[in-house]
Amino acid sequence: MALDPKQVHDIAELVRLQIEDDQVQEYQENLSNILEMVNQLTSFETDNIEPLANPIEIAQRLRADEVTAVNKRDHFQSIAPQTEQGYYLVPRVVE
Amino acid sequence: MQWEVVIGLEIHVQLATKTKIFSGSSTAYGADANTQADVVDLGMPGVLPVFNKEALQMAVKFGLAIDAEIHHKSVFDRKNYFYPDSPKGYQTTQLYYPTVGMGHIEIELEDGSTKRINVTRAHLEEDAGKSVHEGFGSSSGIDLNRAGTPLIEIVSEPELRSAKEAAAYFRKMHSIVTYLGICDGDLSQGSMRCDCNVSLRPKGQEEFGTRAEIKNVNSFRNVERAIDAEIERQMDILEDGGTIVQETRLYDADKNETRSMRSKEEENDYRYFPCPDLLPVLIDEDYIEAVRQTLPELPDAKRQRYISEQGLSAIDAGVLSANRSLADYFETVAETINDYKLAANWVQGDVSAALNRLEVSIEELAVSAEQLAYILKLIKDNTLNNGGAKEVFNALLEGKGDDTVACIDTLVDKLGLKQVSDTGAIEAIVDEVLANNTKLVESYLATPEDKRAKAIGPFIGQVRKAAKGVNPQVVMEVLKKKLSEL
Amino acid sequence: MSNITIAEISKNLASGKYSSVEITQDFLQRIKQNDKAINSFITVTEEQALAQAKAADEQRQNGNASVLTGVPIAHKDNYCTDGVLTSCGSKMLSNFVAPYNATVVEKFNEAGTVSLGKLNMDEFAMGSSSESSFYGAVSNPWDTNRVAGGSSGGSAAAVAANLIPGATASDTGGSIRQPAAFCGLTGIKPTYGRVSRWGIVAYASSLDQAGVITHTAEDAALMLNVMSGFDEKDSTSMQLEVPDFTADLNNGLAGLTIGLPKEYFSADLDPAMQQAVSDAVKEYEKLGAKVKEISLPHSHLVIPSYYLISAAECSANMSRMDGVRFGYRCDNPTDIHDLYVRSRSEGLGSEVKRRIMIGAYALSAGYYDAYYKKAQQARRLIKNDFVNAFKEVDIIAGPVTPTTAFNKNEKNHDPVAMALGDVFTVALNLAGLPGMSINCGQINNLPVGLQLIGNYFEEARLLNAAHQFQQVTDWHLKSPAGL
Repeated sequence: MALDPKQVHDIAELVRLQIEDDQVQEYQENLSNILEMVNQLTSFETDNIEPLANPIEIAQRLRADEVTAVNKRDHFQSIAPQTEQGYYLVPRVVE
Repeated sequence: MQWEVVIGLEIHVQLATKTKIFSGSSTAYGADANTQADVVDLGMPGVLPVFNKEALQMAVKFGLAIDAEIHHKSVFDRKNYFYPDSPKGYQTTQLYYPTVGMGHIEIELEDGSTKRINVTRAHLEEDAGKSVHEGFGSSSGIDLNRAGTPLIEIVSEPELRSAKEAAAYFRKMHSIVTYLGICDGDLSQGSMRCDCNVSLRPKGQEEFGTRAEIKNVNSFRNVERAIDAEIERQMDILEDGGTIVQETRLYDADKNETRSMRSKEEENDYRYFPCPDLLPVLIDEDYIEAVRQTLPELPDAKRQRYISEQGLSAIDAGVLSANRSLADYFETVAETINDYKLAANWVQGDVSAALNRLEVSIEELAVSAEQLAYILKLIKDNTLNNGGAKEVFNALLEGKGDDTVACIDTLVDKLGLKQVSDTGAIEAIVDEVLANNTKLVESYLATPEDKRAKAIGPFIGQVRKAAKGVNPQVVMEVLKKKLSEL
Repeated sequence: MSNITIAEISKNLASGKYSSVEITQDFLQRIKQNDKAINSFITVTEEQALAQAKAADEQRQNGNASVLTGVPIAHKDNYCTDGVLTSCGSKMLSNFVAPYNATVVEKFNEAGTVSLGKLNMDEFAMGSSSESSFYGAVSNPWDTNRVAGGSSGGSAAAVAANLIPGATASDTGGSIRQPAAFCGLTGIKPTYGRVSRWGIVAYASSLDQAGVITHTAEDAALMLNVMSGFDEKDSTSMQLEVPDFTADLNNGLAGLTIGLPKEYFSADLDPAMQQAVSDAVKEYEKLGAKVKEISLPHSHLVIPSYYLISAAECSANMSRMDGVRFGYRCDNPTDIHDLYVRSRSEGLGSEVKRRIMIGAYALSAGYYDAYYKKAQQARRLIKNDFVNAFKEVDIIAGPVTPTTAFNKNEKNHDPVAMALGDVFTVALNLAGLPGMSINCGQINNLPVGLQLIGNYFEEARLLNAAHQFQQVTDWHLKSPAGL
């Protein structure tokens, strides 16, 4: 299941990663090998098998609608890369 | 070429829970940036979501109100995309197994007829934060207070055929969600936002044309205007032989046109998969039944009841049932005095005028439903006449009373509004008036009999001057009697 | 020297043989002396540790000490520790001072333990050798040319070198059991849902579980007692009574049935490994257990299913590492796209990037059914294999790893080879079952681990079986030369 360089770049863009030109081949090979290993999954019959998403198989528990959080903005923003007047800053986004 | 307009609406409704869908942060509007964003809302490493019980109940309530299928199992999925107002790099939503399935509502068209519009589904999801693009120089500021607010996204079938129908649909949804108390309906605060999918196809063609999506339209008026502008744009292109590009657009209210958005979701591969931090939401018939028991009477049913059981006109019924708070107020008054018509007159009249004049909501009005009911009771038992009642009403508005019913009696006394109804007392007053107004009496007697009804007026005026609070019916009777004896 | 255990320290603190401050200082000294060669710690919190030790001693004087009060431990660096660097072994979080505590950390703090610092690991827990850490590889104290295993290599190496008596760790595909095996220790991954995941940086949410690495089963039970239990902040946390995991340690094993999966003992298994595991199983028979062959017929699907599910979940979990609200941000981003791409590309290592990309590919349009859904269906079959097996046996035993600790740089350029080493461990994460690794032998002076797999929430039975083995053997007493 070989991936070509364009596919590698497309996937990288989806997840906001940049693969340098000199690394593309290595990624191509590694990813293709992994996909080949994973392809064994296509070899078995799966009709009527209920997928298992979570091992404990219980229902979602519900939380009471009560405010429990307190304002800790300063604490949280002390580790932020860039803030101003309580906002997180990023390069200006044009919509 | 005859064109048919095809419109589908996706309405995002912010649920009026106290806290967010997956965290215990407050959802109160208007807080300083990022003061209502805890570690979960900020998408910090290591955090986990826990589902808000009230958000589920509100979604189920909505589903029941639109007669929809409620799914016993629903699953949260991750919708993956990058945008600064989406801190986790994915939005938790429901794609494959939404809580609410196929339902429908009725909309009223301009000609008075109704049309059923089917609703494909309504699902729960979390709202994103807000980006501020002005005021930070070459930066944008991100505020995550709104991130994590619970939403239901209501998707209509593409059955709307005009901008007016779309606006009516949006209005109806607004009425339903505010009625249910699941949304505060404040469009200026963004409590409801509408994405409009618009396309055109030649009349008679089954296949849909290419659609454009107008995002985040936030008022009834703008839904209509935006869609009309978009229809015009598309019609121009198609009639020139061009093709429509499938894209997202924004409505510019100043220019009354839509423009293409520099798409934040250029790649539409959201890679949805079930969120592994959340488990399937399982509800049973008992739960659904319990929610059903909490459903209030809905606007359509209420309007019908006002018309058929209480004899209100279609217009009055429509106005009084459109808004839940107003309807609740109206009904409290009407039921207390057992007189829907009188209550309707006053709520439609003096109350509505006061709301407009003072720019307050019915909840904020200084005259409570109990107080108004008491005032109307005083009219009904002849303690007050209409004028006196209005005076008391206005006095309360001006803050001259308090929030009790008892203060009304005090005001009536203080303002001397108690209406005299005692026939003997009124006879005495009338006798005096007649005695002091001989000229008027002469003029009256000189008037031909068939024109005398009008001529009574001045006597009534004089009686009123003499004693402010007099029962007009009794005055009329006594005057007629006494004048006829002359 | 002989291994220092938590039980021993607890006893000595209680008897007043030494104070918590004294024993803490001892360990801090050992770290200073010996960790350069091992590189098991990313952060040593000396001041904080001494303050905690002092407070613990005061508690003891007030008569309020419990069994772990004053005992030094350390936490894997993917556990959020409020006010302390929590790097997950990554450049991306090399400046991330966590703003809150993981539930497990809170519980240990309340129990009075003394945290000496944060332990090295494969970047974001993705790996089986602890070679991918931004802070450099962890060396195996038994042979510093070899890996300590991963991803909890730091936890294992620090305990093996007696720099701490016990460490927290996490296991997504074997990350507790494999390093414990490579380093001659006891490791336990509890049942999924037994321990809260709140505050443990997620790798693959439906596979991750918190556990511990210690010298003995008794120590593991003492730590598990503190860290287990329902947490309302974690939707995947089970509302179950936590038993006293030490209560059953001394039960006899007569009548215990142990299953040996025939798929684990194929012709491919290294003969020396096979021998070591067989010898260990014989000890169990001497203790009264009955051994039986069982089958886990879908074992061949385990690696691809695990790899795919973990990659898919990780790709979404890692999207929040974007340089906006915390963590590494690139210099002078030109626009938001540039900020994302360069912060992530510069901040994340290549193994992490690979897994993110595989995960995104598996979930991308058109591939969901072929990959992700199939992997979840395989997962169902794998779970069913175990459910069926546990109808016939009480515990399942087998190797932890196909080999002993391999050399550094031997596998880290071959992700598939690295993945295949997880063949015996990942099935438990897919099924959510509890598992332990205990030291059961040596091959060429390198430790060998025996894996014990239990039924859902039967950690007590596993600990009992491990403890009984440790009463009649002395592998758990061995330590690397000079440490």
